[in-house]
Amino acid sequence: MSAAHTDHAAHSHADGHDGHDHHGPVKGWRRWAFATNHKDIGSMYLIFSLTMFLTGGLLAMFIRLELFAPGVQFLDPGKFNSMTTMHALLMVFGAVMPAFVGLANWMIPLQVGAPDMALPRMNNFSFWILPFAFGLLLLTLLVPGGGPAGGWTLYPPLTLQTGDALPMAIFAVHLMGASSIMGSINVIVTIMNMRAPGMSLLKMPLFVWTWLITAYLLIAVMPVLAGAVTMLLTDHFFQTSFFSAAGGGDPVMFQHIFWFFGHPEVYIMILPAFGVVSEIIPTFSRKPLFGYDSMVYATASIAFLSFIVWAHHMFTTGMPLAGEMFFMLSTMLIAIPTGVKVFNWTATMWRGSISFEPPMLFALSFLFLFTIGGFSGLMLAIVPVDFQYHDTYFVVAHFHYVLVPGAIFGIMAGVYYWLPKWTGHMYDMTLAKIHFWASTILVNVLFFPQHFLGLAGMPRRIPDYSTQFADWNMVSSIGGFGFGLTQLLFVYIIWKAARTGAPATDKVWADAKPAGLEWTLPSPAPYHSFETPPVVK
Amino acid sequence: MSRPKKQLLASAASLLLTGPAMAAWDLNLPKGVTDLSQEAYRLHMLILGICVVIAVAVFGAMIYSLISFRKSQGATPDVDMTHSTKAEIVWTVIPIIILVVMAIPAARALIRIEDTRNSQLTIRVTGYQWKWHYDYLEKDVQFFSTLSRDSNVARQKDSGIDPNSVEHYLLSVDNPMVVPVNTKVRVLVTAGDVLHAWWVPALGIKKDAIPGFVNEMWFSAKEVGTFRGQCAELCGRDHGFMPIVVEVKSEADYQAWLQTKQKPAAGEAPAAAPAEAAPAAPVAAP
Repeated sequence: MSAAHTDHAAHSHADGHDGHDHHGPVKGWRRWAFATNHKDIGSMYLIFSLTMFLTGGLLAMFIRLELFAPGVQFLDPGKFNSMTTMHALLMVFGAVMPAFVGLANWMIPLQVGAPDMALPRMNNFSFWILPFAFGLLLLTLLVPGGGPAGGWTLYPPLTLQTGDALPMAIFAVHLMGASSIMGSINVIVTIMNMRAPGMSLLKMPLFVWTWLITAYLLIAVMPVLAGAVTMLLTDHFFQTSFFSAAGGGDPVMFQHIFWFFGHPEVYIMILPAFGVVSEIIPTFSRKPLFGYDSMVYATASIAFLSFIVWAHHMFTTGMPLAGEMFFMLSTMLIAIPTGVKVFNWTATMWRGSISFEPPMLFALSFLFLFTIGGFSGLMLAIVPVDFQYHDTYFVVAHFHYVLVPGAIFGIMAGVYYWLPKWTGHMYDMTLAKIHFWASTILVNVLFFPQHFLGLAGMPRRIPDYSTQFADWNMVSSIGGFGFGLTQLLFVYIIWKAARTGAPATDKVWADAKPAGLEWTLPSPAPYHSFETPPVVK
Repeated sequence: MSRPKKQLLASAASLLLTGPAMAAWDLNLPKGVTDLSQEAYRLHMLILGICVVIAVAVFGAMIYSLISFRKSQGATPDVDMTHSTKAEIVWTVIPIIILVVMAIPAARALIRIEDTRNSQLTIRVTGYQWKWHYDYLEKDVQFFSTLSRDSNVARQKDSGIDPNSVEHYLLSVDNPMVVPVNTKVRVLVTAGDVLHAWWVPALGIKKDAIPGFVNEMWFSAKEVGTFRGQCAELCGRDHGFMPIVVEVKSEADYQAWLQTKQKPAAGEAPAAAPAEAAPAAPVAAP
C-alpha cells in the first residue's frame, strides 16, 4: 500500500505529465507500453488472447474445410499438419492461458482488496513478451520448411525434421514459459502478501484460490517444458542424442518429460475456469457456494494428482505392465475430486433461486458439457480400451469438450460476468444470449460427432480419410463453420460495450447475490482502487 | 436364371459385402475378431454404461434444479444450505466404489493383453515414412506394404478423382500382411525413422513404432477375413496415407501364400546364373 503510493509519486515526476495527483492514466501509447496498472495489463492480456483465439480459430476453419469431404482439396498434407500444430499452440499458449492471466490481473487485486499486483513492472514485462513470442511463432509459417508440423506436442524424431522454424518455435515457447512463470510469481506474492485485513485464506473467493493453486502448478512445470524443448534444440544443432536411440537416447523420454509438464498444463487451463464458475453459480442461484472448504480441498487434490498421471498420454508407447496399471488407476482417481466439484456446483443450485443471465448461461453450459468431457476422459483412462481410442478422434473429441465448452466457455462466462465492472456499461443482453445459444448448440454439432469418428476408427492428424468417415466429418465441419462465425458476435458485443451501453451500478447484478469485494466498487472500477485496504469481516 | 436377374443378384451380393465399408453413420466401437478386441468392446460398453447412468442422475439433478428452483417461478433460496460433511463423504465414497468396479475387469484385461507368451508366429513390423515393412521371422519372407496405387493417385491434391469411386479408399495396400486364423501371432513393432504406430481396430491392438526400440503385442484372429487399419502416430506429411491391411486366411491358404512369398527368394539364384542352373534344375527337381 505504501509502496504503491511511493511508486505513484516517482511515476508523476518521471513521466513528465502535469504532476497532479490521481488524475487518471497517461495518454497515448505510453499508457500501454509502460503500463503497470493491473487493470490496463489485464485488458491487454484479454484483448491479446481474443486476437489469438480468432487466429487459432481461423486455422481451425482451414482444418474443418479440408476435412469437410474426403479427398485433398485445399491444403497440401504438410501444410495441413502445420495448421493442426499451430492451431493448438495458438489456442493453448495464446488464447486460453493469457485469457486466464488477464482475468487474474483484473480480478485478483479487486477480490483480495489490494491496490495492484505485487510486482507491477514485472507484470508489464510478462505481458509484452507475448506479442513478441507469438509474432515469432506466426512468422514460422513463412520460413523455408514452413511452420512446425509435428503436432503441438513436438515429439521427436519428427519434430527434428522441422526446417528453419524449429529454433524460432522453441524460442517462442521459452518466451511464453518465462511470461507464465513471472505472471505466476506475481499472483502468488499478491495473494500471500496483499490480502485485506480479515481476509484469511479460507475466506478468499474461490477464483482467487484456483489461481493460487494454478500459479504453483505453472511454476512447477513450465521449467520442465523449457528443459524438454531445449533438449530438442541441442539434439538438432549440437549433436546431443537425448532422443535418439542411435546415440543411446530414447524418443519416449521426450514424451515423459513433455507430459510431466503437459498434464499439469491441462489442469492449469481448467482450474481458473472452475474458479470463475464457482463465483457465477452462487450469484445467480442467490445462494452461497455449497461446500466451500471441500471445493478448496478438491482443487488442491486435483492439482496434486495432476503430477502423477502423465503417462496416460503414453499408453501405447510400450510401457511395462506395472506402469500401465499405476497410471490407469491414478488417472481414474482424478475423477473423484472432479466429481466432488460437479456435485457441489449442483448442490449450490439446489433449492436456490435461479435466473439466467448470460454469465449463468455460460456457466451452466460449462457444467453440462465439461462433465461430458470428463466422462470421455474416464473412458480414455481404461488402458485396454485406450488402445482403441488413442490417437483417434475420440481423444480429439474429449479434449475439445473440456477445453472449449470447458475452459473457453468458463472464460466467456467470466467476461460476461465482469465486463460491466470493467467498462461501466451493461452490454447487449439479447446479443449475448444469441451468442450463448448459437455457441452451445454449434459446439456440440462440431465436437460430438468426433466421438463417433474415433470409435469408428478415424485417426487424428490426418488431412484425408476413408469414405466411411465422410458423413460425420461433414456434420462436424458445418458445426465448426457456424461456431467460428458466432464468435465474431462475441467480439462485437465486447467492442460495443466498451464504447456504450446502459450505466452499470456497483453491484451490476443487483438483482442477484454477487459476493466479493469487486462489487463494492463503482462500475467502471476506478483506475486506482483499494489504495486504502477495506476491512473484511 | 436370366442374365439380368443374375446381374442384379450379383450386385446386391456385392453391396452386402461392401456394406461394412459404407457404414457411414457409425456410432460405436466395432466388436472385432479377436478375444482382445471383444474384451475391449465389453469394457468400453461397461464404462460407457456406467457413465450414462451417472450422467442421467447428475444431469437429472441439474435439470430439476433449473426448472424447480427458478426465480421466475417464485423460488426463494435456502441460504442456510451451505455445506454438508455427510453429503461430501457419500459423494466421494460412492464414486470410489464405482471406480473399483471399473478397475477390476480393466486390470484383468490389461494383464491378458500384455501376455505375449506362447505365440506361434512372430512378425516384425517396421514403420517408415510412409510405408510398412513386414518380416516373417524365420520364414524368410519380407516385403514392403504401401498405399495402393489407385488410392494414391486419387488422394493427390486436385486429382479430380472422386474418393467414393475408389475401393477401400486409403485403406488398401499392394502387399497385405497375411496370417493364419486362430493362431497366436506376436507382432514386434519398430520404426526406421520417426515414430509411427501400428493399429488394426478389428484386432484390438495398437502400439507405437519407435526407432531403435522394439515393442511387442499379440493377437489371435478368430475369423477369416480382411481387416484394415492405419498408422496411429503423426509421422509427417503422409501420416494419413500409410494404411495397414491384414488378411486372415485358413491355415492351408496361409501356407500356400507363404510358399508364393518364399519362392522368388529360392528362384533368384538360378535366374542369376542360368547357364549352370538350367541343366542342374531338372536333375535337382524330384
